[in-house]
Amino acid sequence: MSRARHKASGSLEPVQKSPTGIQGLDEITRGGLPKGRPTLFCGSAGCGKTLFATEFLVRGATQYDEPGVFMSFEETGEELTKNVASLGFDLKNLIATKKLVIDHVQVERSEIEETGEYDLEAIFIRLGYAIDSIGAKRVVMDTLESLFAALPNEAILRAELRRLFGWLKTRGMTAVITAERGAGTLTRHGLEEYVSDCVILLDHRVTDLVSTRRLRVVKYRGSTHGTNEYPFLIDEQGISVLPITSIGLNHQVSNERVPSGIPRLDTMLGGEGFYRGSSVLVSGTPGTGKSSMAAHFADASCSRGERCIYFAFEESEQQIIRNMRSIGIDLGRWVKRGLLRFHATRPTAQGLEMHLVTMNKQINEFRPSAAIVDPVTNLISTGTAKEVESTLTRLIDFLKGHGITLFFTSLTHGNLNLERSEVGMSSLMDTWILLRDIESNGERNRGIYILKSRGMAHSNQIREFKLSDTGVHLSDVYLGSAGVLTGSARAAQEAKEAFEARARRQEIDRKERALVRKRRALEAQISALRDEFEAEEEEIRTIVAQEETLEVSIDDQRREMAQVRKADSGNLKPVERPRRSHAIRINGKRRAR
Amino acid sequence: MKATVKPKSQPNTDSEIWELRLYVAGQTPKSIKAFANLNRICEEKLAGRYRIEVVDLLENPQLAAGHQIFAIPTLVRTMPSPMRKIIGDLSNTDRTLVGLDIRAAD
Repeated sequence: MSRARHKASGSLEPVQKSPTGIQGLDEITRGGLPKGRPTLFCGSAGCGKTLFATEFLVRGATQYDEPGVFMSFEETGEELTKNVASLGFDLKNLIATKKLVIDHVQVERSEIEETGEYDLEAIFIRLGYAIDSIGAKRVVMDTLESLFAALPNEAILRAELRRLFGWLKTRGMTAVITAERGAGTLTRHGLEEYVSDCVILLDHRVTDLVSTRRLRVVKYRGSTHGTNEYPFLIDEQGISVLPITSIGLNHQVSNERVPSGIPRLDTMLGGEGFYRGSSVLVSGTPGTGKSSMAAHFADASCSRGERCIYFAFEESEQQIIRNMRSIGIDLGRWVKRGLLRFHATRPTAQGLEMHLVTMNKQINEFRPSAAIVDPVTNLISTGTAKEVESTLTRLIDFLKGHGITLFFTSLTHGNLNLERSEVGMSSLMDTWILLRDIESNGERNRGIYILKSRGMAHSNQIREFKLSDTGVHLSDVYLGSAGVLTGSARAAQEAKEAFEARARRQEIDRKERALVRKRRALEAQISALRDEFEAEEEEIRTIVAQEETLEVSIDDQRREMAQVRKADSGNLKPVERPRRSHAIRINGKRRAR
Repeated sequence: MKATVKPKSQPNTDSEIWELRLYVAGQTPKSIKAFANLNRICEEKLAGRYRIEVVDLLENPQLAAGHQIFAIPTLVRTMPSPMRKIIGDLSNTDRTLVGLDIRAAD
């Protein structure tokens, strides 16, 4: 961060830093240890001082092209090489390629006789020789305090140590000095008095039978630094410190939605599922199907081709895969294809913070787009409420910062108020789904409802949650005057409703049939009437026709008579017959014939 | 057949040559003083039976690690074995004699 040089103004030049390459430590120290100055690592036995020092040199040699000298007062080069081989450090190779020199200074009290004045010039010479032989930029002295045990003349020793640190500075060495922690002081022999630039305290504490390693930057002259105690982890890849407090509430948010894997649940969540990068909590009493929901979510993620990591704290990987197969979810195939990774541990295996360090590491390695913690409550039991809240906040912030959707399951106990028991966690969660038992009529059924879901319209209804061999299904519950009915009560209610509906249907059908019959009867009547009318009409027409024929023939006879009598032709126009229309009224309607 | 087993040689038997090595770093007052003290003690106690080698680590820095030297001046008794180390300017004669395992009574 402040490694940039400001050559123009010497007085305002910030402290230059030498990155350690140790995961997290560079973030806490904002860039590394002070360059060209000694740093003191102090702590009690077994808290990892030597490992920090070794990793500092190894990373320097391999990542920053800064060869280093390891001056050991305790272990021989071979012992050291063997000890750190388990962390993946190949010191032999580094020595062979002139990136590292190990000088073991053996100081044996029984072999030494002191007579008169002396100084420790030989250490300077050895160090100087080692530095020059590989052009070293980094120096580790582990543990200088061994000298106090071997050399009775403390006055000389102190004077020489002061000279040594001064000498290291003039040589421009970024040095790490380790020291044992003393009672009430940082170091047993007051080395902090000589190393005033940077002091880092390591600690190894046991709380409730669980031990956690922690680190704290006690002072760092001329630089800001993280001031908290940070847990750290030593594993096959070296040390990782968990510095995820520094992340604030400024992460990018996504409008993208990710399905939950249960279609009807997506419907309840505004139709599309969770927001990508949000935190989801599914809580419920034992056996309410939390893990099954988690499995659905994992399955949905993987079938989109996204990676998902599953932190299991209750069941082993094999057990989860077998159990989920019984509800029709095959997680094994995703594991085989490398899309799903399980990390199953017992919560008591290590402290809460160590779990978080491990999870952090796993996530950094695997780079998933979704993470499942099943169940988070088991983790919580390993720490105090305060610790839990702070560490979970850090984890969630970290994951949100990376846009990873986080799916927690949480076990609540039946005798507690479900909504209140996790009030500490609820503020951290964006979506909270509650699974609960609904007990009635001598049976136990599962209900599901959404307690909250930030930033989306969501259903406020309780659904019944059913596990079948094709997975989780949600169905509507019966809401009536008797309250929420589920299971067989709901089935009975549904049957009753179905029967009533059928009865109503039948009644309607019957009435409709009656209507049809009535209409048919009426129409028959109408057609009978019409037939009758037509018959009558026919008759009338026949009579009319006969009348007309008669009239015509009378007319003709009259004309014939007139011709015969030679009457005036002007009077012989045919008689105009009025046009007749017959209108019949049927059912009030006028029908033209 | 019956080989006589020789008793183990004592450090201060007349026949043995004492090999002493004094490590210094340049001509410092402490080094000069140590060399003078060593010469005096040897002349007094081991006349004619000693050999002193002075190693200047400024010239041969690589030798410091080999003999596990960390203080200057350091006197190392390489022969007779076992090896012994005395650090300081040897100004305390009694302690030097104890350190070299030379009996004061000699």
